[in-house]
Amino acid sequence: MEYFIQQLINGLTLGAIYGLIAIGYTMVYGIIGMINFAHGEIYMIGAFVSFIAFLVLGAVGITYIPLALLVVLLLAMVFSAIYGWSVERIAYRPLRGAPRLSPLISAIGMSIFLQNYVQILQGARVKAMQPLISGGFTLMEHDGFTVTISYLQIFIIVLTIVLMAVFATVIGKTALGRAQRACEQDRVMASLVGVNVDRTISLTFVMGASLAAVAGLMVTIYYGVIDFYIGFLAGIKAFTAAVLGGIGSMPGAMLGGLLIGLVEAFWSAYFSIEYKDVAVFSILVLVLIFRPTGILGKPEVDKV
Amino acid sequence: MLSVSGVHTYYGQVQALRGVDIEVKQGEIVTLIGANGAGKSTLLMTISGAPHPQQGRVTFDGQDITDLPPHEIVRLGIAQSPEGRRIFPRMSVYENLQMGSVPSRSDHFDEALEQAYELFPILKERQDQRAGTLSGGEQQMLAIARALMSKPRLLLLDEPSLGLAPLVVRQIFNVIKEINERDGMTVFLVEQNAYHALKLAHRGYVMVTGNISMSGTGKELLDNPEIRAAYLEGGH
Ligand SMILES: Nc1ncnc2c1ncn2[C@@H]1O[C@H](COP(=O)(O)OP(=O)(O)OP(=O)(O)O)[C@@H](O)[C@H]1O
Ligand SMILES: [Mg+2]
Repeated sequence: MEYFIQQLINGLTLGAIYGLIAIGYTMVYGIIGMINFAHGEIYMIGAFVSFIAFLVLGAVGITYIPLALLVVLLLAMVFSAIYGWSVERIAYRPLRGAPRLSPLISAIGMSIFLQNYVQILQGARVKAMQPLISGGFTLMEHDGFTVTISYLQIFIIVLTIVLMAVFATVIGKTALGRAQRACEQDRVMASLVGVNVDRTISLTFVMGASLAAVAGLMVTIYYGVIDFYIGFLAGIKAFTAAVLGGIGSMPGAMLGGLLIGLVEAFWSAYFSIEYKDVAVFSILVLVLIFRPTGILGKPEVDKV
Repeated sequence: MLSVSGVHTYYGQVQALRGVDIEVKQGEIVTLIGANGAGKSTLLMTISGAPHPQQGRVTFDGQDITDLPPHEIVRLGIAQSPEGRRIFPRMSVYENLQMGSVPSRSDHFDEALEQAYELFPILKERQDQRAGTLSGGEQQMLAIARALMSKPRLLLLDEPSLGLAPLVVRQIFNVIKEINERDGMTVFLVEQNAYHALKLAHRGYVMVTGNISMSGTGKELLDNPEIRAAYLEGGH
């Protein structure tokens, strides 16, 4: 039982991270009906910016952790947002109206480019960081097995909840969110009522990218190791989460993320850690076969 | 106020407009009639900038708007209630009206909303309902109200009576007349319901396969035997 609860906590933490990345996939899909295949790389860049920012802050002597976290968070979001914006400008906007396969290929091209770009700039070796926050609460203790939730896990889960609340408000209540939903439902009509569609699409990429950056920051401090290749696996897992939850649905992306995180944690704990990725991808295959609209998705199979 | 001259519009290889000239003056109701596929909706969409014409010019109040994007054209004061209504189905009625006010200043919203509810009281009752669940007539009213929310100077209406019961059609035509007479709104109206639309209009145009074939006052067109035969037989 204690073991189970511990895995639940670990899985939820992991799932929060996947969920944040998945929201970027789902928002972009919602507005342009296409998967942003460079999104995993945006997350990877968020992780690298965080890593570098922590080193720089450490070097200039800013060691007060809440301040450092806040500064790194903002830097990661801003840098990733710029990259997300560029992906849209370079890989998607020039191909608006082209056959659907074209932007898909150009986005995969962007993804490969960004991986190699970071590899050349930062090297191929794994980067490791000292744990930033240690310690936590012991929730229960039984037969020598303790269930703990670390401060870091609390930080990740709370920050995720806060960001979800902020994003739900932006999309549900603000003019920008309405413009995004209008573009999703009828892009030409949105332009006829005065929405600048190109700008709205850009902002959607920017918003998705900044959430991916937060996920990058979380992974950097949670695992303490990153390399230029992490965007690929995390990207596919978050994509799986988005599809599982119902692509196009924001709550679905978060739900899917949590489920994927739980599957990964429990699979590693009870079966084999080597095959955890296989377990996740099996879910992707099964969902695509049996329920392509996902758990909360709208039945618009023709768009998938 | 609006002048369209020599406009050619294509969808890929398909040519939909073949040199259209029309003129709409301040304060007028101008009706455009024509058979299915003549290019009426294409003309309205070309005026709104989606798609842009391949050849020809569109000017509004002397300004060349031919190559402006749609979101800038509506800011200049041309709003459209398009064919098929195209309300945002997964938004509430209220949110649809908020979308309509995107081009105008936010402090005009309450006033414009009040006017819209005054013209179409049913929309106020339905304001929190998902627009996709409205009846056809209510959706049409919403589409017109949404266009009015931007306080346009020129209103483009594409077949507002399509598929609606006579009572609702009359209500909508009354509203068009009311905003024209009371607020001086200029209206460019596309209609299949030629009799009512020409009666309402100061002037009219007839379109045949991408060309304007005839024009005149509403009465002239109504009295024209060719038009009676082609567009007014049956019913009225
Ligand atoms: N999106 C499109 N792609 C390709 N061809 C189109 C498109 N829209 C319209 N057309 C073609 O352009 C021509 C004019 O169409 P349009 O919709 O403007 O006619 P209309 O006069 O509004 O007809 P209706 O009375 O049936 O609404 C038609 O031949 C139509 O098939
Ligand atoms: Mg039409």
